Amino acid sequence: MSDRSYSVSMTVNGEVVNANVSARTNLVDFLRQDLELTGSHVGCEHGVCGACTVRVDGRIMRGCLLLAVQADGQSVETIEGMAGDPLMTSLQDVFVEENALQCGFCTPAMLLTAHEFISRVVETGAYRPDRDAIRDTISGNYCRCTGYQSIVQAVERVLIQYETAPTKAPNGAPNPGSDR
Amino acid sequence: MKAYPFDYIRAESVDDVLSALDRYGTEARIIAGGQSLMPMLNFRLARPEVLIDINRLAELSGIEDRGDHIRVGALTRHVDVARSPIIARHVPVVAEAMTHVAHPAVRNRGTLGGSLCLADPAAELPACMVALGADLVVAGNNGRRTVPADAFFMGMFETAVDDGEMLIEVLLPKSGPGTRSAMDEVARRHGDYAIVGAAAVAEMDGPAFRDLRLVYFGVEDKPILARETAAALIGQSWSPALAEDLKSTLAQDLSPNDDSQASSAMRLHLADVLARRLLPRLADPDGPHPSRTENESVSR
Repeated sequence: MSDRSYSVSMTVNGEVVNANVSARTNLVDFLRQDLELTGSHVGCEHGVCGACTVRVDGRIMRGCLLLAVQADGQSVETIEGMAGDPLMTSLQDVFVEENALQCGFCTPAMLLTAHEFISRVVETGAYRPDRDAIRDTISGNYCRCTGYQSIVQAVERVLIQYETAPTKAPNGAPNPGSDR
Repeated sequence: MKAYPFDYIRAESVDDVLSALDRYGTEARIIAGGQSLMPMLNFRLARPEVLIDINRLAELSGIEDRGDHIRVGALTRHVDVARSPIIARHVPVVAEAMTHVAHPAVRNRGTLGGSLCLADPAAELPACMVALGADLVVAGNNGRRTVPADAFFMGMFETAVDDGEMLIEVLLPKSGPGTRSAMDEVARRHGDYAIVGAAAVAEMDGPAFRDLRLVYFGVEDKPILARETAAALIGQSWSPALAEDLKSTLAQDLSPNDDSQASSAMRLHLADVLARRLLPRLADPDGPHPSRTENESVSR
């Protein structure tokens, strides 16, 4: 059994990254330890808690259930790379207003999950999800402060904002679905 | 925890995979979505010498209407199956099952073939394959062979895929005009593996059952076809009186596991509860029965 390293090249938050990684290094460890992008967190390391959520080629995934070597040639985005995205900015603002962060450990992943959910609703058109649908969506992300109530509240508020202005986001920002 | 060290091979074709399997034998593991294998590696429950990554094999992805059946490549992601209009229209039981499979981030990566090859006894998709009477196509160095779903799932985490073989695609029979299907499960948290679940595909003659494949999962070490229960229902129309006898018939079909999640008696009870939810839906699909597809779950 060897621990040889593999050369990879991927785009992380828009920048090309070249590195040598051990096959067993998972993506979230690579992002945190090698690239010092510590916004994605490591919780359970078996895909239950969701704290390690990142986007790979535009879709949210578990960073602990992917190998860094598998991301070779792909585009990886972390919470750090979402700064300035209008929908993400709205989510972050409303999470603060609703006190939906509490300790903050689950927050980056909650935000990425909510971002994909709302983008999808806006993209597929005019559905008014109820709170059960929001709960279903975030059920893959553990919050150990038991703050789900305020997280659901925050996601719902942003969703309503975006649904009522699906072609034009608040403050004249571009359509939240347009970057996908 | 971190995985034991292993080597990594990125396969570019089915032949690549087969020759690597040939070379490494049982020391190799194929990784598709990895949503179950990676936890096993991280927890050091699996210790392969080498991982063969099949994620770049585009030919193993996709959903295709082939006239009398639907072909789904083994590498097709759960999310793509869940959102496919072809699946929703022609294989609705799979579309319904997908709403119970894990969570968005896992569905984005996990694959149909991975779920089938893992053969977790509490997983939704193996049971759907048995209920549908699907065919599973396996490739090896001696060519391809087709295994009926009934023969594919052999036990806990055990399938008919031999050493040196890999699952390529599944062939799903299309839902005909008289075909109706339904599935449901009881789980502690939505998206978790079921304590007990069931998938049913029926041929109906108006309100009467002409043929019924009622398959339970999470009950024993593999999906179980409830033959006696189906036999008791064939030729009958659904009625509350019929429901009275279900539990004793189910007891002939099922020998439920007893574990820390649920006792055998509780599982039998839940099997009865699920039959009472699903069978009326087959008899009267327009009745007031809750059902969920991915779109419905965001539109409710």
